[in-house]
Amino acid sequence: MALNKPYLDIPGTTIFDAEQSRKGYHLNQFCMSLMKVENRARFKADERKYLDEWPMSEAQKAAVLARDLNRCIALGGNIYFLAKIGATDGKSFQQMAGSMTGMSEEEYRHMMISGGRSPEGNRYVGEDGDAQAHRQPQGAAGRAPRGER
Amino acid sequence: MARITASVYTSHVPAIGAAIDQGKTGEPYWVPLFKGYDYSKQWLRDNKPDVIFLVYNDHATAFSLELIPTFAIGTAARFTPADEGYGPRPVPTVIGHPELASHIAQSVIQDDFDLTIVNRMDVDHGLTVPLSLMCGQPDAWPCPVIPFAVNVVQYPVPSGRRCFMLGQAIRRAIESYDEPLNVQIWGTGGMSHQLQGPRAGLINAAWDNRFLDRLIADPEGLSKMPHIEYVREAGSEGIELVMWLIARGAMADVAGGHAPTVKHRFFHVPASNTAVGHLILENSQ
Repeated sequence: MALNKPYLDIPGTTIFDAEQSRKGYHLNQFCMSLMKVENRARFKADERKYLDEWPMSEAQKAAVLARDLNRCIALGGNIYFLAKIGATDGKSFQQMAGSMTGMSEEEYRHMMISGGRSPEGNRYVGEDGDAQAHRQPQGAAGRAPRGER
Repeated sequence: MARITASVYTSHVPAIGAAIDQGKTGEPYWVPLFKGYDYSKQWLRDNKPDVIFLVYNDHATAFSLELIPTFAIGTAARFTPADEGYGPRPVPTVIGHPELASHIAQSVIQDDFDLTIVNRMDVDHGLTVPLSLMCGQPDAWPCPVIPFAVNVVQYPVPSGRRCFMLGQAIRRAIESYDEPLNVQIWGTGGMSHQLQGPRAGLINAAWDNRFLDRLIADPEGLSKMPHIEYVREAGSEGIELVMWLIARGAMADVAGGHAPTVKHRFFHVPASNTAVGHLILENSQ
């Protein structure tokens, strides 16, 4: 009998379970290496060369180079590990979290000060909340292409 | 014998630690948050314990994917604040209580909870931010601290039910320790927050406040809440709240004693990406 995974129908959310962890093992361990100051320096000096020391997939390496955290997560990354890349770049956790929504830093910060993202419409895939796939990217970046104000 | 006199619950948002360390607590963004802990700092000065048993989670700091213990108890004499990528927080070294920690480990394992025993471990913001919130910026923490790390990074994390029962076992362990120590148990993490994906920034204040209500008055019922409700309602990282049930399970009323006194309750949105909740519950004397 298959494992019960009741968390697959939450929009805009990837649960870091054993399957994701297995996929992302080397990606996450690469992130972990950035906790050492000398490794941060080596990575910054030549990112591609440093990544090539790790048995990661090409897609994982490309996602890291692009700082595409959503893609990193889809490929098995976990946010607490990926945060080490952000720390290396001098980014705050809020900047990292915001980058996954498509909003500008200011738009995301404003959403948080205004009470955060509402759970309404964002509990199940198929509702109409702002975290649903058909409403990405969020913020001004997404409204114009969708013809919204 | 040793006894648990009180439990403290608080979020452990890293940005709070950064605000304290960088002298930003007086900025308008942070003032309302720190005001919520003024009472708590005085309360802790007035009710200084001999030991704090501090339940928290490691955020890919001491534990990478090489090793993922579900429950890990720190039995070392000291624990160094970790470099999480921004350099270590400028806070005191955490002094442990190896004798009590080892006693608790032995008792709780014999009570069917398979703890991992850790004799070398750096501690991250999950442990040091609650200490900073409750103690400010002292030269040394007010008492020894036993770190108790729970895996809430890789799913599945332990159930609320399991955490609640573990708290009860910890209470039995502490009460079987001969020395008359005054022990506080702290549960940290939460409240609603999500740090990943297009749903990042989720906050559910109504749900959080119901959680606080039930933690006070109906912890047994609350402990039966399944993981999926935490994730759906309080965000993927809101699952940290299961750790509060460990501290709550260690309170006297769960073992047939009197209901605890609510000394303080505070809720604030936001700290960075997160809703901040805080409670102090005292056991009746």
